[in-house]
Amino acid sequence: MHPATLLSAVDPGWAVAFLSPEIASRMQFGWTISVHIIFASLSIGLAPFIVYFTWKDVRTNDQRYARLRSFWVKVFAAGFVMGTVTGIPMSFQFGTNFPQFAEVAGELIGGPLAFEAKMAFFLEAVFLGVLLYGRERVTDRTYVLSSVLVGVGAWLSGFWILVVNAWMQTPRGYEMVTRSGMEVAKLTDPVAAFLTPRMPWMYVHMMNASVISVALLVAGVSAYIVWKKPDADAWNSALKLAVVLLLVSAPFQAIHGDAYGRHVEDTQPQKFAAMEAHYETGAADLHLLAFPKSLDALTDPRAENLVTVSLPGIGSFLASGGDFDAEVVGLNEYEENPPVALVFWSFRFMVGLGFLFIGLALWGGYLTYRGRLADSTRYLKAMIAASPFGYAALLTGWYVTEIGRQPWVIQGELRTSEAVSSTLTGTEATLTLVGFVVLYVGLILTALYILKWLVREELRSLGVRESSAGRWRGPLPWVTSDD
Amino acid sequence: MTDPLIPVDAYLVESLPEIWFGAVLFALGMYVVLDGFDFGIGMLYATRSDEHERETFLSAFGPVWDANEVWVVAFGTMLLAAFPRVYSRLLADNYLLALGFVVALVFRGLGPELREQRDDVRWKRYADYAFVGGSAFAPLLLGMLAGRWLFGPATLPVVLTGVGLVAVSIVTGAAFLAAKTEPELASELRAYGVGATLAYLGGVVVLLATVVLTDAGGAADAVLSLPVAAVVALSVAFGLGGSVLARRGQYRAWLASALALPTLLTLLVAVLLYPTVYPPTGLLVRDAVVSPLALNLVTVLGFPVLLLVLWYFKFLYGVFSGPIENEGYGG
Repeated sequence: MHPATLLSAVDPGWAVAFLSPEIASRMQFGWTISVHIIFASLSIGLAPFIVYFTWKDVRTNDQRYARLRSFWVKVFAAGFVMGTVTGIPMSFQFGTNFPQFAEVAGELIGGPLAFEAKMAFFLEAVFLGVLLYGRERVTDRTYVLSSVLVGVGAWLSGFWILVVNAWMQTPRGYEMVTRSGMEVAKLTDPVAAFLTPRMPWMYVHMMNASVISVALLVAGVSAYIVWKKPDADAWNSALKLAVVLLLVSAPFQAIHGDAYGRHVEDTQPQKFAAMEAHYETGAADLHLLAFPKSLDALTDPRAENLVTVSLPGIGSFLASGGDFDAEVVGLNEYEENPPVALVFWSFRFMVGLGFLFIGLALWGGYLTYRGRLADSTRYLKAMIAASPFGYAALLTGWYVTEIGRQPWVIQGELRTSEAVSSTLTGTEATLTLVGFVVLYVGLILTALYILKWLVREELRSLGVRESSAGRWRGPLPWVTSDD
Repeated sequence: MTDPLIPVDAYLVESLPEIWFGAVLFALGMYVVLDGFDFGIGMLYATRSDEHERETFLSAFGPVWDANEVWVVAFGTMLLAAFPRVYSRLLADNYLLALGFVVALVFRGLGPELREQRDDVRWKRYADYAFVGGSAFAPLLLGMLAGRWLFGPATLPVVLTGVGLVAVSIVTGAAFLAAKTEPELASELRAYGVGATLAYLGGVVVLLATVVLTDAGGAADAVLSLPVAAVVALSVAFGLGGSVLARRGQYRAWLASALALPTLLTLLVAVLLYPTVYPPTGLLVRDAVVSPLALNLVTVLGFPVLLLVLWYFKFLYGVFSGPIENEGYGG
């Protein structure tokens, strides 16, 4: 995109300082959803752990599970508060920044979003209150049930949100009609509109991504505590549980992702071409690995400025399901393309991390099999370092999905540029963007601080001496360097 | 069509658009009532310097605020589902107000969360600023947003609506705490509650008088109507009656009549809106509502769930009924 189009043309005096309403709105939505989704997927991924620990705790009265439940419920609660306070701005921004989108798609997205609030969000919020404060006030059975309902709420919430997003990728079940002088989408077939072709792919991929991210987080925290206190029984169990979960979920994600890619080629060929930086229509190679030859390749990845390890024709083979010479539509066929570099590199980043997770899972599985999981300092350190990467993969995966859909907000129907508020000024949009950036950076630091504090308290209660607990400035290596 | 259970070309009942207008306002009312007393707790919190009392306040707030806050999401998404044009114009026209409100909610929600994390006087003070500031600005900005919804860009009525929501939140917050705490603290809270009641009732009268005199947003005629007069009369009755009950120390009864005030305020909003859904644009309920299939669908799937949600709240408040226990309900 030419820089001039990014800047507000309305007020030339301020043009240097303020972004255009469109670009500021997109950056703001992208930024706020990036932060929100970390907490939303924390709830989704942590829910099965919470249910399991709560059930084991109530059922067996085993102190290990009481300890794990108590710790992870606190993490869940802090994450849920963050998820709530960052989620409300999301539901408002459809109106404040993209009112044309809300108006055009209201009949299609309003229902699912309202169901999300009523069927899922309430369920989570109400029963989390019970889970956090009600241990002495309700029966064991109600208490376990509360943990299950919180989990169901989180997974149902993901369902309805993805109904909306999947519809934006592969819209159907509507017709365009003119209402009060405006073209809007009228719902004609709810089943088709809610269960779009993309929906099952997206739901499985996202729920599993959340599980992987949280398994890595649990593994990292457990590894750190085990490293500090090797005989911490509860945390040895948690580490093992996380590794087992990773052994299942990480390879599954790769297999599922491969098939998902073929579906994207079928339904959104432009996005697929951007993922592979495939410009000329024709047979496509599959770039297993790509390295930039020069700095230019970072912003403009294309075959001639990349060093690639490629399988000739395999791109075609995969996209077509068996034909090495199958024609894959290239980006040159389109008038306007998404920012290819962001999509291309995000995709590679996500896939690369996915393979790293499989490696870590297999390594951990082998150590578990040999009964040496807790003894391998190298493995513990690797897991500590890897604990934020699940979220990195999850976010870059979403960048592929969302940036790859550009210039459309509703694929083939409404452009993002047409969805932005016509009354919004660059000044207002830039102001709120800066505000959200500052606020949410503070929020992320707060979340990391809370995690650090919880870990420190846990170590203290395990009898690890303060001096050794505080030897690292942060308990987790990325706290000071990332985000 | 794929689902013969849901009529495609006609509303399930003829008045379904009006019922949805009512349902959207109902969600707003639930929000203003429930999160309103959370805001009140947050603002009254500023009057306490004793650590023990502050923790008592936070214990009353802790288990319920998050669930209460979800009602604003229910309101927003129901408005989007039934009246997408109103949702989009209202928020787009009031960009800074709307986002200012959600940012205030962020501060309000994070304050107590942060406070627990560190035993450091300065840290706790900043966390308290966030909690109190967020609790005051959220109702102010939401009230102003409601004012813009009703009256358009008329500064004085808009500000007065905001201040009115702040005052009514203090009333319900004080009554809620008084009903759940020890007598000494309750009698101090009563003073704030009664003062805020009088300020609120006075504010409503000034607001409506201003609207009539300046015809803000062309709403003068709507204000001079029987339903508005009835709502105002009921507000005065419940406000004064509640204050009398408070003075007698009948705090549970005071709470019941205090909660009538935000309910009546929402009713006032509904009366001033109808038959339009966004007076400054002149959009009528029937013009702005979605097509029959979409509305029927959200009705069939949504209403049973709404009943279930109400049951959850009954359950939640049942679990945490009775006096506040200072150790955070033994969690």
